[in-house]
Amino acid sequence: MTTKSTPQGDLVSVPALLFRNASQFGSAPAYREKEFGIWQSWTWAQTAQEVREMALGLLVLGLKRGDHVAIIGRNRPAHYWSMVAVQMCGAIPVPLYQDAVAEEMAYVLEHAGARFVICGDQEQVDKVIEVQQRIDHIDQVVYTDKRGLRKYDHSAMNWMQDVQAEGRAAETRLAGELDARIAELTYDSTCVMLYTSGTTGKPKGVVLSNQNIIETSRNSSEFDDLRSSDSVLAYLPMAWVGDFIFSIGQAYWSGFCVCCPESAHTMMTDLREIGPSYYFAPPRIFEQQLTDVMIRMEDAGRFKKWLFDRYMAVARRVGPALLDGKEVSAWDRLAYALGHLFVYGPLKNTLGFSNVRVGYTAGEAIGPEIFDFYRALGINLKQLYGQTEAGVFITQQPDGEVRSDTVGVPSPGVEVKIDDDGEVHYRSPGVFVEYYKNPESTASTKDAEGWVATGDAGFFEEGTGHLRIIDRAKDVGKMADGSLFAPKYVENKLKFYPDILEAVVFGRDRDMCTAFINIDLNAVGNWAERNNVAYASYQELAGHPRVLETIANHVGEVNRSVAEDPMLSGCQIHRFVVLHKELDADDGELTRTRKVRRAVIGDKFNDLVGALYDGSRTVSTETEVTYEDGRKGSIKATLTVCDAEVVTPGSKAMAAE
Amino acid sequence: MLDQSADGYVTEDGRQIGGVLMEMRNITLKFGGVTAIENISFDIREGEIRAIIGPNGAGKSSMLNVISGFYVPSEGEVWFRGARRPQLKPYQVARQGIARTFQNIALFHGMSTLDNIMTGRMTLMKSSIGAQAIWKGAAEREETEHREAVEKIIDFLEIQAIRKTPVGRLPYGLQKRVELGRALAAEPKLLLLDEPMAGMNVEEKEDMSRFILDVNDEFGTTIALIEHDMGVVMDLSDRVVVMDYGKKIGDGTPDEVRGNQAVIDAYLGVSHD
Repeated sequence: MTTKSTPQGDLVSVPALLFRNASQFGSAPAYREKEFGIWQSWTWAQTAQEVREMALGLLVLGLKRGDHVAIIGRNRPAHYWSMVAVQMCGAIPVPLYQDAVAEEMAYVLEHAGARFVICGDQEQVDKVIEVQQRIDHIDQVVYTDKRGLRKYDHSAMNWMQDVQAEGRAAETRLAGELDARIAELTYDSTCVMLYTSGTTGKPKGVVLSNQNIIETSRNSSEFDDLRSSDSVLAYLPMAWVGDFIFSIGQAYWSGFCVCCPESAHTMMTDLREIGPSYYFAPPRIFEQQLTDVMIRMEDAGRFKKWLFDRYMAVARRVGPALLDGKEVSAWDRLAYALGHLFVYGPLKNTLGFSNVRVGYTAGEAIGPEIFDFYRALGINLKQLYGQTEAGVFITQQPDGEVRSDTVGVPSPGVEVKIDDDGEVHYRSPGVFVEYYKNPESTASTKDAEGWVATGDAGFFEEGTGHLRIIDRAKDVGKMADGSLFAPKYVENKLKFYPDILEAVVFGRDRDMCTAFINIDLNAVGNWAERNNVAYASYQELAGHPRVLETIANHVGEVNRSVAEDPMLSGCQIHRFVVLHKELDADDGELTRTRKVRRAVIGDKFNDLVGALYDGSRTVSTETEVTYEDGRKGSIKATLTVCDAEVVTPGSKAMAAE
Repeated sequence: MLDQSADGYVTEDGRQIGGVLMEMRNITLKFGGVTAIENISFDIREGEIRAIIGPNGAGKSSMLNVISGFYVPSEGEVWFRGARRPQLKPYQVARQGIARTFQNIALFHGMSTLDNIMTGRMTLMKSSIGAQAIWKGAAEREETEHREAVEKIIDFLEIQAIRKTPVGRLPYGLQKRVELGRALAAEPKLLLLDEPMAGMNVEEKEDMSRFILDVNDEFGTTIALIEHDMGVVMDLSDRVVVMDYGKKIGDGTPDEVRGNQAVIDAYLGVSHD
């Protein structure tokens, strides 16, 4: 068990926590990584040794205090270690999104003034070399996977294991220097700099101090009683604040084990093998898993299907109540126990959720059916609301008070208030220091008393004290007739259908709402297979009349549900198009965390938006697409503009127009 | 012109190419009255990527089959590692250190990726059938060693996610990659690739090119390949043999071949009268 104390004088940095763990949990596993088909593990003592060697090696290469070091790669122990090693040297780690194209990477590398770059593999090294022609402050490149890099010019490039070997060799010479630099770290030193995903405009560098990270990690670990026996699967981008808090902050505070998958594609298999006790995933992953389960059940035999349906009905009725510790009759308990034996247990095992004690989802609203499905299985899935600027946690749901439509109560140590315009503000020990090299943005986001504006509109629910988020404050607007326009609210309702991957609603200052819709290729593709619908490409499937019909039905249902709320009934969708391509971060339409960039999409597809409002039946368009290697191409398509059923308040359903 | 002395040469990107690994001397191959290959000579040097190109029906696949020992030339000699190669059975060729992939994928469709690549280790397994059946002691240790080698290949080709998937369920591009994996598992001195990019899209071609370059770079494997896609061939290979109607019409670096009038004619279609 962890000692749960406030940080004493010495626990003021991540390296300090590492030393504590190495002496306290020396032989307990700190990291696991699947490599060559086998899970390899490192204890806390071994980790401390590895990190120290890396830090010494970086000193040999000439890393100075206050330097920024960019880290670009997938979730691997060596990359996590390098962040802590950089901190030991008194420098600042800056993890970047590994799937960013060279152009995006150039902006961040230049803005951060990175002197060292640690790359995962050849792909990342190639991007950095491309960028290096324009940016002259990158002095050293270090890589962890040497494949394909043998022939590269190594005058300012090193393999991580060589760096560690040099560090070992220099131990006697540089140990004093390194220890001195570690001793200099204080609660106020910068722990990490993370770039926001940038739904609007350029990414901003959020500077988080040791205090931000350590106090947030302490509070949130205590909130969910995280212990050194827990484990987590680290598979979300390292550049995202959540991964930093879960896989470094909380892991080092509580001393639990961080497991890294073999590759991005094996994540589901690795999840099943590891069976983590602490799990985080954005709603999209839960949706995808549920869709997969449902697709498999469609293909299952009659008896299995009957068993599944019967016991899932029991689970939906009884499961959430059991989780919340409410009264449940003995008969229901028995039925649930049988269900666990036949269905829930094996299903959870297949999904990799057998051991999950605490699970979180955040980032987007999650569909109530999806949320309830996992809760019904007995998985303690909760919601939280957070931001990079807060070091993640603003509100979260305590055990026993979990619902799909709220984001919980303020996290320990966080104060939340709603201003007159309905915007949510918060103040906490996790509040960021500043936006790097951007005092104007810092000043407009954080006031003198430390209150931070979230940019989200929300309200506290009467009675329960739970926060509900309506929408991005910026996105909420008025339609031409003055009624309220809340696009996200409608988009979320649309996205709850497994067929719909993404939706973008337009309607600000217009007389009606319209939408772009992206189909989910997995779900719709499977439906097509079962219904003998032949298609050759995504584009063809997306334009299939039967698909359009299904989507139109979904939109109609959403309209009916939206119409129930008199305030929002104006947000019903009158017309929509199913897009011929998936919205993609490489094309700038989504952020790297898959959030919709409304303005970019509106601009790029303005011909389609025009067609939605001028009454045309079809529209021809040509769209530029970017391939993974940064080259451009274009696709042409003729899209059908569909009408949806809308409900006039106080009357029966009628067709649009 | 490259310095093609007995000691080898240095490529544009600075790789040292060694001495002659395989030499084809005046090869002629006839099927009844049809002459598939007519009096062709060229060599393949250690560490190089050597391409054989030519229009359809030029005799490229026949040439590869002669190299692999599957066809016995009607006339001429094949020299491998400094000795004249007698007529060999396919497994004997494999033991000499030559492995290949096929134009039409030839994998075991019901077996997993892992097992398919494991079969590539066949020629390197030493324990007897009996010992393997009992699976104790040496046989068990041996399998562990082979499994480790196979896992390194799986990692190298980035196919961890399909390790346990039956190859029959895999898309074409991945099957090609598995087949390359199986050839690599034999730890060949000379790797023969028969149209490794046929039927692939641009992205798959780029991936495959990267793997071919990496194989050559990491393991120092000599590679001889046949390929239709001129862009790919010119980017990948160190030296190119051009064939047309069973004859060699060009041989040299990609630049030399590109400027060769006979080659241009063959590709742009000058009438043969």
